[in-house]
Amino acid sequence: MTVPVLLFASLRSKHGDCVPVELPADATVGVLKSVLRSQGLWVDGARVAVNRAFATDEHTIEQRDEVAVIPPVSGG
Amino acid sequence: MIRLQPEPIDPELIRRSLEGTDAGGVALFCGEVRAVTGEVRTERVVYTAYEPMALAEMERLAKEAAERWNARVALVHRLGELRPGDIAVVTAAACAHRAEAFGACRFLIERLKADVPIWKQEFGPDGSVIREGERTVEVENADEVGG
Repeated sequence: MTVPVLLFASLRSKHGDCVPVELPADATVGVLKSVLRSQGLWVDGARVAVNRAFATDEHTIEQRDEVAVIPPVSGG
Repeated sequence: MIRLQPEPIDPELIRRSLEGTDAGGVALFCGEVRAVTGEVRTERVVYTAYEPMALAEMERLAKEAAERWNARVALVHRLGELRPGDIAVVTAAACAHRAEAFGACRFLIERLKADVPIWKQEFGPDGSVIREGERTVEVENADEVGG
């Protein structure tokens, strides 16, 4: 399945707002992270959000989920 | 009051949103844009957010603080371009007593800075950096990174 992944901060400045990522069916967040790392779409300390909430590595990604990479934040 | 807004933040408006006769203390924290960090001068900053998630996280933090300290709370962050001295964020808590109010207010700003997906891009005489936690990432083209 192809899942659009939203990017922010330095990843957005380098790669744009959103990139399509090819994943095996029933891929977990952990699998997504290793795919993103291999494509240079990751930064140290980033977390993955699924449907607008931080997700653990064991969380299974569905085709229609809203997936985002959240680099370390700097609000405040 | 939980908000992300491009308009300047009025702390008095936020304080008033927490008024009530049950509270004996209101603690309110204003985070402002610094002109100098270490030796780096900042002329302007641009805040961007993953807005729907940022609001969801802010709601979650507000609920947790409200329950833990029996507080009425407010959490407002500004987005877009700000100058040194501008207020970037306000967290506020109204409680029966000051200890709880300070506790809830502190919790809100500390957790916002750790978990709410908002990012700061700084512009100075030497170019532009995006802050990601404690580190800075140089931006080659100085265009603003959209939110």
